[in-house]
Amino acid sequence: MRLLILFAIGLIFGFGISLSGMINPAKVLNFFDIFGTWDPSLAFVMAGALAVTIPGYFLVQKRGSPLFGDSFHMPANRKIDKRLVIGSAMFGIGWGIAGFCPGAAVPALGLLNGQVILFLAALVTGIGCARIATGETLYPAVKLFLKP
Amino acid sequence: MSTDFTPLFSFTGGALIGLAAVLLMTVQGRVFGATGILAGAISSKDKQETIWRVCLIAGMVSAPIVFQWITGAFPEFSIPVTTPSLIIGGLIVGFGVHLGSGCTSGHGICGNARLSPRSMIATLTFMITGFIAVFVIRHLFGV
Repeated sequence: MRLLILFAIGLIFGFGISLSGMINPAKVLNFFDIFGTWDPSLAFVMAGALAVTIPGYFLVQKRGSPLFGDSFHMPANRKIDKRLVIGSAMFGIGWGIAGFCPGAAVPALGLLNGQVILFLAALVTGIGCARIATGETLYPAVKLFLKP
Repeated sequence: MSTDFTPLFSFTGGALIGLAAVLLMTVQGRVFGATGILAGAISSKDKQETIWRVCLIAGMVSAPIVFQWITGAFPEFSIPVTTPSLIIGGLIVGFGVHLGSGCTSGHGICGNARLSPRSMIATLTFMITGFIAVFVIRHLFGV
């Protein structure tokens, strides 16, 4: 039951990505292209999402705990450091080059387009490289593969 | 290539994304960050931590198909960049989101909804560099 609910939540998210136009790299890149073929639609995506999440999160956290699980897991890190700014700056550059962000590329997989698979493979590889660069553990599956 | 201005569809779609984020917090007590969900699904050693993420991803991937059932057409979709750009962009996005601990959904929606200063800085940063990247590529290099 819980897993079915989670599937439905993923479906709602992906449906929102599809309806909003976030799924379309051409639209994303036009959002960034103020001096060209500008399409400001995606500002409305952020506005629509925050219009729901700001009051929604506020109300949800009045409950003591989530339906399944013992507590709310809020990101605890509050540091504004070089790592945050450099990482976010890189993300923006990559987003501007490819037109995909992770939250849009995952639902786009459902369009059965080979280029989406290429982007996601590059994305996962990029995360893996960052894990190595920051000295974190690599994906367990990769480690298994690399073991002699 | 120009795209249509769709404020109503975009706002409604955004509201659905927000709804999914609030529901995930209600059910699982987690923020809806696509980066964390994707990376966690692959890298988590705990089976329980993997399975809820896999269910979410399965729902996300099914969405365009359900969208097609309901509306009669797949969502508008075109990739206006070359395959090498897509791969290079993907590598940089992956490296960046891991370093910056989040992307558009994690920082841009969930983090900003919690009024996290960290997420506001992250969002501002990736929006600005996104604009710069597109400006440089399209208007300075004229690609």
